[in-house]
Amino acid sequence: MMKKKSQGVGGTNWPITILLIIGCVTIFFPLYMAVIIAFKQPSEMTNDIAGALAFPSKWSFSNFTQAMEVTDFWNSVGNSLLITILTVVIAILIHSLAGYAIGRNMGNSKFYKFSYLYIVSGMFVPFAILMMPLVKQTSQMGIGNRAGVIILYVVFYMPMNVLLYSGYLKNIPLALEEAAKVDGASTWKTYWSIIFPIMKPMHATVAVLTALGTWNDVMTPLVIMSGTGKNTLPLAQLNFQTQFGTNYNLAFASYLLALIPILIFYLVCQKQILNGVVNGAVK
Amino acid sequence: MMDKAKGNERKRTFLLITIPILVLFFTFNTLPLIKGFIYSFTNFKGYGSYEWVGLRNYIDLFQDARVGRSYLFTFKFAVVCTIIVNVVSLILALGLNSKIKAKSALRGIYFIPNVLGGLVVGYIFSFIFTYILPTIGQTLGIEALSGSMLASTKTAWFAIVIVAAWQSIAMNTIIYISGLQTVPEDVYEAGSIDGATGWTKFKSLTFPLIIPFFTINMVLCMKNFLMAFDQIMALTKGGPAQSTESISYLIYQNGMSGGQFGFQSANAVLFFIVIVAISVFQLSFMNKKEEQL
Repeated sequence: MMKKKSQGVGGTNWPITILLIIGCVTIFFPLYMAVIIAFKQPSEMTNDIAGALAFPSKWSFSNFTQAMEVTDFWNSVGNSLLITILTVVIAILIHSLAGYAIGRNMGNSKFYKFSYLYIVSGMFVPFAILMMPLVKQTSQMGIGNRAGVIILYVVFYMPMNVLLYSGYLKNIPLALEEAAKVDGASTWKTYWSIIFPIMKPMHATVAVLTALGTWNDVMTPLVIMSGTGKNTLPLAQLNFQTQFGTNYNLAFASYLLALIPILIFYLVCQKQILNGVVNGAVK
Repeated sequence: MMDKAKGNERKRTFLLITIPILVLFFTFNTLPLIKGFIYSFTNFKGYGSYEWVGLRNYIDLFQDARVGRSYLFTFKFAVVCTIIVNVVSLILALGLNSKIKAKSALRGIYFIPNVLGGLVVGYIFSFIFTYILPTIGQTLGIEALSGSMLASTKTAWFAIVIVAAWQSIAMNTIIYISGLQTVPEDVYEAGSIDGATGWTKFKSLTFPLIIPFFTINMVLCMKNFLMAFDQIMALTKGGPAQSTESISYLIYQNGMSGGQFGFQSANAVLFFIVIVAISVFQLSFMNKKEEQL
């Protein structure tokens, strides 16, 4: 703010540009270090700074192949992908429907107004209080597994997503539906053919927020899936932490492997992700 | 006649959508909440039989030193982190919103920490705190840095603040940027005619206009930090000497495997009440502020 004074009309503010570029070090340093260590051999890890930060004598992928075996990488990635994709798809289908049914009626019906407040107030319920009863409940219902985790995510993200969808619907005129009604289409059909496609920008927001949250979540799979022997990507890091021992090179190779999928996703969909996050927070 | 049939069909469809969703939500959100509440009045260990103990757990909660410490730590952590994150994010957002080169690339870079998983980020920083910083400290002869931050009860909490802040700043900055973009250019033009520059300009022109975004960030930050878990799991596991046990971590640790299912359920109920109280307080306080402006 105080740096703004050198800002000429229309000109580039170089001091701020340079400061911001220097500031990127705080972002890249941990990632740079992770890459360097992941490519080194334990013998190269001397006790000085160079041990951790200088280039390795030879760029070898052996740590990565070993880390993949130790952490059962492909299965973990598969589980993470399965859980995240199914959660996002179900969330978009169910939460948009809920947002539609509730959003269209909460203005003139106490029942829907109540339903709205009931679901949205779920945002304040911390996972910590649900955690212990849910572990019991899911195992009793026979869903102490990936399916259970997906169901729980769909429920946990419902408050935020219903809020987003019903808010978005306020800007979509009823007249659109009424025109279809005159043509004799049912409400159900009208929804899927007209309303659902119109909410596309909100689907993107919901997809991004739900995906980022579920992909990186540790706590839910940790307590729900712990008996199944299956891991998500973050859970594998936690469970195999002891097996890395003091072999930091192997550990960092594994960390990098865990970060790469989401980094690639971010590079490809950066614009949608930034928009989605902003839309979700500001609405 | 036709219209009425249509109206009924519409009503029925809405009910057929809403009721299953309410049932689903009840089953996996409200039901466990109620169960947790019920368990909080028992001495359930997580297995075997249990008895009703009335309010015993709640009375014990307030006398339990470990629980007390975890609340103190969680609040200290959440408040300090919220302040740091909001100050840094705001400065960063002002920078990223000014006339700079490579604006979108820089914005993209500063958002990276937010997409990375908290656990793995924690592990990476753990190495920095344990090996890199002490080495730098020893080389430069800085006493405070020459030991691992994570090994001392005095500094371990701040190491967690650093990691949590590193990730959250990304998110908050983006929200502040979108706030700054809603400030119309002519406000500044009018301001500069009045001679507003630098800090005055920010304080009296920019900041009041982005207060709604400040509210969002404060509420988001506080809520997320009060529920901190991943970073603690990765960095300290509550140590050293239980000095960095967050409430969530303690509930997980002792409730799931420590045989304190009933007792930690009471803790969780208390935690729930605290979260609701703080969120309601923050929202109503900020709403008042917004109205004043």
